[in-house]
Amino acid sequence: MNNSEFRLPSAEGEAQRYSEFYIDPHIHMTARTTYDYIIMRESGIVATIEPAFWLGQPRTHVGTFQDYFNSLVGWERFRASQFGIQHYCTIGINPKEANNEALAEAVMELLPLYVCKEGVVAIGEIGYDDQTPAEDKYFRRQLELAKELDMLVLIHTPHRNKKAGTSRSMDACVEHGLDPARVIIDHNNEETVREVLDRGFWAAFTIYPQTKMGNARMVEIVKQHGCDRIIVDSSADWGMSDPLAVPKTAQLMRERGIPETYVRAVCYENALAAYSQSGQIQETDWLASDAIDQRQMFNGNSVLRGQEPTVRSSRECILIE
Amino acid sequence: MTTTQVSTSDLIYSWLERHVDRAGLNWLEEKRSQIARGAAVKVFFTAFSATPRYTGKNSLQLTLSDLQAAAIARKGWFPMNWSVDRAARILLVLALPQDDESQYLQTLEQVFTAADIGELVALYQALPLLSYPKQLKARAAEGVRSNMTDVFNAVALQNPYPAEYFDNLAWNQMILKALFVGSPLHLIQGLDRRANPELAKMLVDYASERQAANRSVSPELWELVKKSKVKS
Repeated sequence: MNNSEFRLPSAEGEAQRYSEFYIDPHIHMTARTTYDYIIMRESGIVATIEPAFWLGQPRTHVGTFQDYFNSLVGWERFRASQFGIQHYCTIGINPKEANNEALAEAVMELLPLYVCKEGVVAIGEIGYDDQTPAEDKYFRRQLELAKELDMLVLIHTPHRNKKAGTSRSMDACVEHGLDPARVIIDHNNEETVREVLDRGFWAAFTIYPQTKMGNARMVEIVKQHGCDRIIVDSSADWGMSDPLAVPKTAQLMRERGIPETYVRAVCYENALAAYSQSGQIQETDWLASDAIDQRQMFNGNSVLRGQEPTVRSSRECILIE
Repeated sequence: MTTTQVSTSDLIYSWLERHVDRAGLNWLEEKRSQIARGAAVKVFFTAFSATPRYTGKNSLQLTLSDLQAAAIARKGWFPMNWSVDRAARILLVLALPQDDESQYLQTLEQVFTAADIGELVALYQALPLLSYPKQLKARAAEGVRSNMTDVFNAVALQNPYPAEYFDNLAWNQMILKALFVGSPLHLIQGLDRRANPELAKMLVDYASERQAANRSVSPELWELVKKSKVKS
């Protein structure tokens, strides 16, 4: 990918408008509370992408996958909108559960029903976990589907044997004829980032305590590799994770002297540039929408369950009425 | 195909002609005829999902005479605040072959089962235009149970279906829920006609509960209580 394709941060006059806009392009909101949505919005997050993943407990029936996909394009999208956050998702069979081949086969049958729906920005998160033959098979089957439908791909790189797994994931993408500029490689670290960037893919980093990337390390990554094609996300889920990882990382970058244009690129602009190639996400989705939809969901009617629509800060008020 | 359906489809198509470019209309026509000729159900599902990519998502601008024509084609049909993609999706649903009742209903149920928010709103707003409406009561009641307000509103507001087909139990629950989620009662069709004494009692109980909690009560509630009592 050459630099001309990367949308450079806008002119200085616009900097003010974006300085508090963030996108969290990888977060499992299904596992989070509405309180998280409130504090995320207060911290400047305007859009989230929720990749289909496993839920901590392996599923045993294809029907539970269908209900999960339904909630990603239904309830979760609605729930986010209640707090002024635009919710997008990626659809796919994750590598962990691809090891149950009978189930994976049935999920493959379901995918065409969901991958073309509105707000589905990619096929993902797919890739390797234990790097078994079954994982390889369903990873490649989904790469073929992405190619057939001209869709973006979000790659989950394995936690164990990461460096080899990351190279292998990219090899498979190239083998199946995918353009690296349309593939996002996630959960990178110091060991993988160079190869991912050199080969023309997007390099996403997950700020996740203990197991993945810390944000002090993230600052060093940006100092060393710049901001081109680098994306920061939280992957917050049902584990010890932080739904404010993106805004907190942006804050730390500013404190440690990273230029504002770089901060905006890795915490907002790049995710938008990468995923807007899908035609399913664009800046006007949140710039043009009302600040909060709680009173605006349908024909201007209030929509809360007997509660007052509120835009007040959650910390502003100790009264619970 | 009944004559009503031909005219509702024709109306919707004539509105879309004013909003969609030639390429989008060609796509829509192609899909409609494939679906009408009994193409694989997957063709319908994928076209139904992909519609906004071909039609855009602007508001459907209808004139007073458009709305009058709608009401003549189907009593109570009031496609106010529709979007272009919603109208086009409904056009595709109306193209489904209807001769085989169980096949038709099964296809509808499948598309409902995998629908996202925008698709659900289109499907529930289409209720008054669909064939075998009596067979869709359980599905419509499911829409009323939704916690997604725009899905609930798609069934409850500007829609003649509930007043025509719901029994009192389902009707009363819908009215109560409309108050509960703050949807305006005056947009519910058949409010006066379907008023009943059980509903009056439920409304009064609900009002007492709100007042006991120092919460406001919609003035629309009391108007409806009056109507319900007059009828009893």
